[in-house]
Amino acid sequence: MEIFLARLPRGARGVAWLGVLLGIVAAWVMTPPVMLRSPVVPMVVGAVAVSLGVFAFTRGVRRLGAGAAVFGLLGAGLGLLTTQSGEAHLESVVVWSALFAAMLRYATPLIFASIGGMFSERSGVVNIGLEGMMLMGCFFAIWGADRTGSWAGGVAIAALAGGLLALVHAFFAIHLRADQIVGGTAVNFLALGITGYLFIDIYKDTGTPSDIARIPDVHLSFLKDWYFVGPIVGQLNLMIWVGLATIFIAWIVMFKTPVGLRIRSVGEHPRAAETVGISVYKTRYAAVTLSGVLAATGGAYLSIGFVGSFNQNMTAGRGFIALAALIFGKWRPFGAAAAAILFGFSSALADRLPVYSESGAVLFRSLPYALTLIAVAGVIGRSVPPAAIGKPYVKQ
Amino acid sequence: MSDIEPAGAPTGEGGEGRASAAARLAVLHRAGGIVTPLITVLVAFLVGGLVVVGTTGKNPLTTYRAIFDGSGLNWLLPWETCSDPCTAALNFQQTLIIWIPLVLTGLAVAFAFRCGLFNIGGQGQYLVGAIMAVWVGSSFQGLTPVLHILLAVVAASVSGALYGGIAGLLKATVGAHEVITTIMLNWIAVWVGIFLFGLGGPLQNDAQPWVPVSNDVAESAKLNVFWGDPILQGLHIGLFVALGFLVVFWVMLNRTTLGYEVRAVGFNPEAARYGGISVSRNYFLAMAIAGLFAGLAGSLDILGWQYRLNVNDIQVSTIGFTGIAVALLGRNTAIGTGLAAMLFAALVTGTSTRNLDPEIFRPELASNLTLLIQGLVVLFVGADVLILYIWSLRRKARLGRAAPG
Repeated sequence: MEIFLARLPRGARGVAWLGVLLGIVAAWVMTPPVMLRSPVVPMVVGAVAVSLGVFAFTRGVRRLGAGAAVFGLLGAGLGLLTTQSGEAHLESVVVWSALFAAMLRYATPLIFASIGGMFSERSGVVNIGLEGMMLMGCFFAIWGADRTGSWAGGVAIAALAGGLLALVHAFFAIHLRADQIVGGTAVNFLALGITGYLFIDIYKDTGTPSDIARIPDVHLSFLKDWYFVGPIVGQLNLMIWVGLATIFIAWIVMFKTPVGLRIRSVGEHPRAAETVGISVYKTRYAAVTLSGVLAATGGAYLSIGFVGSFNQNMTAGRGFIALAALIFGKWRPFGAAAAAILFGFSSALADRLPVYSESGAVLFRSLPYALTLIAVAGVIGRSVPPAAIGKPYVKQ
Repeated sequence: MSDIEPAGAPTGEGGEGRASAAARLAVLHRAGGIVTPLITVLVAFLVGGLVVVGTTGKNPLTTYRAIFDGSGLNWLLPWETCSDPCTAALNFQQTLIIWIPLVLTGLAVAFAFRCGLFNIGGQGQYLVGAIMAVWVGSSFQGLTPVLHILLAVVAASVSGALYGGIAGLLKATVGAHEVITTIMLNWIAVWVGIFLFGLGGPLQNDAQPWVPVSNDVAESAKLNVFWGDPILQGLHIGLFVALGFLVVFWVMLNRTTLGYEVRAVGFNPEAARYGGISVSRNYFLAMAIAGLFAGLAGSLDILGWQYRLNVNDIQVSTIGFTGIAVALLGRNTAIGTGLAAMLFAALVTGTSTRNLDPEIFRPELASNLTLLIQGLVVLFVGADVLILYIWSLRRKARLGRAAPG
């Protein structure tokens, strides 16, 4: 206990964190189940949050202080907005447990793809082909599950297909030293063409079979009656758990093992890495292929875990959101996953907002892209990519 | 390294990523004139043909011939006769209608490329232009035709330029990578478009509140059709705009100070800076001009033949993305872009459900074949080293024959 207390932020940092927390509280108390209806509460709590932020800012904790002020303003604004809404609408939109469960469902494909992208980009190979690799996963999971009759077969074949496409990207980027952005663009076109062609050729006009083997849900019956937690995690798809585990595994691999050190050194300074005996080519091949496997696994979850069918171009930009999450999360596993979860939450919320305004909910879908644009513009702390990213390496 | 570079190419440009994409492209330029793009296309069609045989067992030549006929390119063959109404002419008009925006989105990518920037944002800039054009074209009723068209086209071009300029400004001021920012801007444009014209959106059709589509463009803002029947989607005068802009592109790059500076920055930003050229100013200008081309493309499509913008079009449109393939295959030159745009326009039109004979090949399959060929072309065009390598092998073989012993 004392260890935890010792690690709590103190002084101005602590004040700033308190401000962030109060900003969240300002909005939270206005939503179910607490659902206060007075506009005074969020204004007062928000004002306190802003002033705490300003206090921290003047004491030198600039970024966090500014963050607290923003949270305070947002919290107060959102809180005031809720007073404009009817109670029935509010209760139908803000069901925290359902929102969080939907958030995890939307975030999982993004988590897989952004973690995959992290491996590729940390090794120095830009991967804007994540979208295409994910799409390959979507189609080949359906096809594999259809052929083998099992979901595991579907996932395996999807991973293989994504890995193969990534291998093409790797070959052109590494051995042929083609421009990696061009290569990634080509990969996206190819995936669209391949999956679209095979989909029409194999499934004709009938679409994918409806009795496809789906990835099962994990029922945690002992959790079922737990307040709040039960409805969220009591029945989640297996792949969601795998996705969450992937974040931790990726973190351990990337920052706690020699393998991760090699990948990072190859992405930061390939010449130095080569000098100490690390094979730049092999490391990059492995990292890019892994990115394809992971992105395709995310695609597999999307088709045989989440939706249960395939449509042409069904990823519809999710690969690019994953790329955005990767950049937003500054090329770090927990950062990327947190961004993916944030973007997942915005999707989950967008699903429920049409109660208020059908068109307004649509606008909400552009939030991940807008946030990432702000992030790369350097307003909320610059995202700095690995040093050798996008640069082909010539062996000596 | 040196054994795979052709004579005359500056050494070391492909090495260690020091060179920008544009500089790498300059190597490619010297490598083989028009030959390498042709090889690229041939290989892509070859692979496409193998796919056709492998999956359907049909003769790829018959399939390609049907696509060729569907695109109306057979209208150009002197020995083909054509009865009235001439299907080939109608098809060729469709191909040219697609050619117009492809040229302009291709130029949008090419211009930025010459400044060393990779503009993935053609799609977003195109959409912003289309949105602006449909709004201006459907509002301001009662203007005289020329004025209305000019207003819509200029508004669309300027908004496209501003949209592209955002990415240029971010690159110039904080160094944000233009690929990332333009990808994000693309999707923001898509969702804003769906918001505007979707059900309940602020610009959604007034007369049909249940259809997610914009208002119709007023008669006064429609471009004249000069070849074919206006009711059957004839060819509009945007063709001359596209042709004109090919010339503008060439003159601007090769005969103006702006073009000189843009190219200097594209070859080597450090050297350009040392020479007194403002790199950030050129980054901004290049992206803004690129956005202007793409925004113009959007306006010509709306005012020339679409006349309205529906939500589905916004979601499935790939004109801006195809522009990337056009520019890459056309090696970022005016003539090359014009030719490459013709190839892709013919492929898109020739494989459409309306133009391809379903007896010979399923159009749904063929349109995906187009995407496949497009992907292969981009893949191979990007691999300049591979092409340089093949080229140097050829040279060696020739030199070996010339000097026996």
